[in-house]
Amino acid sequence: MGRTILHLLRFNRQFATGVALLAVVAGFSCLSFFSPYPPNDSFVVPPDVPPSWDYPMGTTSRGQDLFWLLSFAIRNTLLFGIVVAVLSRILALAIGLAAGYSGGLLDRALMSLNDTFIVIPLFPILVLFYFVMREHMSWGLLALMMACLGWAYDARLIRSVAMSLRTREFTETGIFSGMSTRQILVEEHLPYVLPIVFSTTMNNINWSIGLEVTLSVLGFTNINTPTIGVLIYWANQHTALVAGIWWWIFFPVLLVVMTFIGLFLLAVSMNEYIDPRSRLGRTGG
Amino acid sequence: MSPPLLEVSDVVRTYASGGAFSRRRVTAVDGVSLRLDAERPEIFTIVGESGSGKTTLARMVLGMVTPSAGTIRFQGTDLATIRGKRARLAFMKQVQPIFQNPFEAFNPMKRVDRYLFATARRMAGLAGDKDITEAADRALKSVGLSLAEIRGRFPHELSGGQLQRVAIARALISRPALLVADEPVSMIDASLRASIVNLLRDLRDRLGVAIIYITHDLATAYYISDRILIMRRGSAVESGDARSVLDNPQHPYSQLLKSSVLSPDVPATAGARLRSEPETHEGVIPHA
Amino acid sequence: MTEPVLAVSGLRAYYRTAAFGIEREVRAVDDISLSIAANEIYGLAGESSSGKTTLIKTIANAIQPPLQVLAGSVVFNFHGQRVDIHGIAPSELAAIRWKHLSYVMQGSMNVLNPVRRVRHSFADFAFRHIGQPMPQFLDTVRNHLQRLHLASDVLDAFPHQLSGGMRQRVTIALATVCRPEFIIADEPTTALDVVVQKGVLAMIHEIQRELGSSILFVTHDMSVHANLADRLGIMYAGRLVEEGRTADVFRAPLHPYTAHLIASLPRLGDSAPKKGLEGAPPNLASPPPGCRFHPRCPRATEICRRETPPMAWLAEGHRAACFHPTSEPAT
Repeated sequence: MGRTILHLLRFNRQFATGVALLAVVAGFSCLSFFSPYPPNDSFVVPPDVPPSWDYPMGTTSRGQDLFWLLSFAIRNTLLFGIVVAVLSRILALAIGLAAGYSGGLLDRALMSLNDTFIVIPLFPILVLFYFVMREHMSWGLLALMMACLGWAYDARLIRSVAMSLRTREFTETGIFSGMSTRQILVEEHLPYVLPIVFSTTMNNINWSIGLEVTLSVLGFTNINTPTIGVLIYWANQHTALVAGIWWWIFFPVLLVVMTFIGLFLLAVSMNEYIDPRSRLGRTGG
Repeated sequence: MSPPLLEVSDVVRTYASGGAFSRRRVTAVDGVSLRLDAERPEIFTIVGESGSGKTTLARMVLGMVTPSAGTIRFQGTDLATIRGKRARLAFMKQVQPIFQNPFEAFNPMKRVDRYLFATARRMAGLAGDKDITEAADRALKSVGLSLAEIRGRFPHELSGGQLQRVAIARALISRPALLVADEPVSMIDASLRASIVNLLRDLRDRLGVAIIYITHDLATAYYISDRILIMRRGSAVESGDARSVLDNPQHPYSQLLKSSVLSPDVPATAGARLRSEPETHEGVIPHA
Repeated sequence: MTEPVLAVSGLRAYYRTAAFGIEREVRAVDDISLSIAANEIYGLAGESSSGKTTLIKTIANAIQPPLQVLAGSVVFNFHGQRVDIHGIAPSELAAIRWKHLSYVMQGSMNVLNPVRRVRHSFADFAFRHIGQPMPQFLDTVRNHLQRLHLASDVLDAFPHQLSGGMRQRVTIALATVCRPEFIIADEPTTALDVVVQKGVLAMIHEIQRELGSSILFVTHDMSVHANLADRLGIMYAGRLVEEGRTADVFRAPLHPYTAHLIASLPRLGDSAPKKGLEGAPPNLASPPPGCRFHPRCPRATEICRRETPPMAWLAEGHRAACFHPTSEPAT
C-alpha cells in the first residue's frame, strides 16, 4: 500500500498535484489552532490594511487579521464538507446495498424513496429550512439536512453494483458457506463498492462545500461561525470589492478553489488504481 | 423404508420473456422427474446441450430457484416448505453445489481459505480455531490437497484444477448427502479433468455422497455415471442406466447426440467422420 | 519442395508491463519455429496459459502493447509473393488482410455487426478485395454461400435472427469468400453444441479441400484435432513441445506431456480408469528453468532441470523437444 502511494506520487502528476494542494489547504487549516485571535473577535487589528509583512493576507473591514481568520474558515468548511460526505455515504451505502441485494419489494420501495429525493430541488429547500429554523440554525443541523439530501444519486450507483454482485457465483458460494447477508454485503461486496464510494465522496465534498458557500454568501446560514462562505458574505456586506479591499474576497476564493481542484485531481488519479479490475491485473491474475 | 434422498416430480419452470407487459413465456424445464435412493449413493448425470434446462433444474434442486409447478422433495421434505434461516441452513448443510467456473465461484479479491473456515464455522457448527482448521485440512486432504498449500492464497494463484478441488473440499465440510455439480470440468484443462472426474467417483465410493453431475460431455458422462437423464429443450428425452443408454440409445435425439460426439481417435482418412452425417437444417429464426 | 505458406522462425513475444512500480514479463511465446505447407490443416493444441492465443496474434501481426515481439520472423508466401508480416507498412497489411490472410474467431458476434444486416458485414470485409461492382459482388457472395450449403437469404437477416451454429457458418463463409491462401481459426467451434459443432467442422473440412487453403486451427479440444488436422503441434508453457502428423502424434507420442494428455482423454464407450496429470501449467511470468514441463514429468532428470531441450526430429516428419522422449505407443 505504502509502496503504491509512493509510486503514485512519483509518477502520477495528477495525484502528486492533488496531494500537494490538499496538503497546503489542510496544513493551513491546522494553523487555526495556533491563532492568537479568537475567530469571532473584531477590531483586534487595524482594519482594511492590504497584504504586507505584518499581515500576510491583509485585514478585513471588521479589523480581523485575514490570515488567521481564514485558517478558521477553511477548517470549518472542510470539517463541514467531510461530515456531510461521511453521513451521506453511510446513508447511500445502507440504502444502495439493501436495495441492490434484496431486490423485490424492498428494492422498489427504496428506489421510490430514492427517486423522490433525487428530484427535490435542493436550494429552495435549504433556503426554506433556514427561514424555518432561523435562530436555531446550527452547522450541525445544516450538515444533517444536506446529508439527507445528498445520498440519493450515489445510492443508485451503489445499488447497480450490488445488483450485479448478487448474481455472481461467489455470492452463491458465500450463501452456501453459511455466511449471513450482513457478512456477505460487508466482506464480499464492499470491496467492489468502495471505489464508487471513494470517488463519489470527493464529488460529494465538493458539492457540499459549494452549496455551503452559496448559502452562506447569501446569508442563509449561521453567519456567526467563520466559514469560507460566511467570510465572503461579510465581505459583500462591507462592499469590499467596491471599496477596493480585494484581498478579503481573493484569498478565501483562492483557498476554496485549491481545495476543489485538489480533491478532483485525487479522485481522478486514484480511480484507475482503485478499480478492482486493474487491481486484479496488477496482482497477477 | 426411508424416504428417497431426492424426489423431483414433474417440475416445470417458466420465465416471462420480453418486456413487462409481454405475455410470452419461455419454458425452461417442462415436466421432469427423477429420483435418487437414500441407501445407495450414486452419480446421476443429466446431459443436455445449451437451452436444455439442465442448469435450471440443478438450481431448483439446490433451492436457488422455485419451480413454477411440480414438487421437489429432499429427504421427504418439500423444498417449498423450507422457510426461515434455520431451515434453510439445515437444508444447505445436506445439499451443496459445485459450480462450473472455479474462478467465478470464489471472490477474486479474497483468500480462498476464508470460505472453508466459514463453512466449517456455520455449516458444520464448529468453534475454536483448532477445530475449524482441522476440519478444513481434512476436507482438503480428501481432495488431494492440504491446508498448508492453500492457506492465504488468492484464487488467481491457483490453477483451475486446484481451485475446483478447493470448491469441492468446501462443499464436503458439512458432510452433505448430495452434491450438485454443474459442469464441474468444462472449464478445466483437459489434462486436469481426469483427476477431478476420478475424485467425484471416489467421493461416491469412499464418502457415500450422492452426486448429480450436469454436463454436455458424453465421454465423461460415460466414464463415471451410474444413471443418466438426457434432456432437450426442457424435457426428458431418455433415461436409465448410463452404460445401457449410451451404448444403445433408443431415442432419435440421443442417437443424434451420440453420433455427433467426436472421439479422440484418428480416422484412417482425415475428415472421414465429418462427412457421414447429413446437414441438420437450421434456418433463419423469425424475429420474435 | 515448394516453399511453405507460413514460416515462423525463432519467434519470441512477451508481455511487458510496469504498473505502479511492479514489473512483469510474461513469456507467452518463447522461441517457436514452425512451418505450414500449402493445402494443409495444421492443428495447434494447448491448454490455458500455453501461449497459443499470443502466438496467433503475433502471426497475424495483431500486436498491441504490452505485447512486444522481441525476436524471430513470421514470413508468409502467397503464391510466390513473400511477405514479412512484421516488416510491411500498415497499408500493405490492410491489402493482405482478408484477401490472402483471414480469420475465424471463437464468437461469431465478435465479427458480425449486430446492428446491420449480414450483407453489410460481407461488404465491409470483402468488397474492396474482390473489386467488382456491388451487384456482381453480391452475386459472387451468393454463389459462395450456395456452395457452402447456406441459403442466400441469410444475407438479408440480422445476426441475432440466426442460430449460433448458423452464425458461425456465416463467419466461415465470410472468411473464405476472397479465397485466401491462409486462414487462422481460433477455437471456432468451442462454444457450440456438440451436434452443431460437427456440422461446422464438416463445413471447414469441405471448404479447405475445395479452396486448397492452409488453415492454422487452434483449439484445446484434442478430439477435434484427431478428426480434422493433417499435422498437429502441441504447445506447452509458451513453447512448442511436439509436432508431427496427427496419426503419429496420437498413436506414438514422443513428449511425455502429449502422452499423458492423450492417455487421459475420456472416450465414449470406454470406462477404463484414466489417470490425470499432477500439478498445473506454470505461470508464464516465472516459468521453471530448463524444460518447462519438468516439475510435472515422471521422466525428469537433472539435465531437464538445467537445460532447455531443443526441438529434434526424432522420427520421420515428427519432432519433439525432450531429453527423454517416450517410445511406447499411447495406451
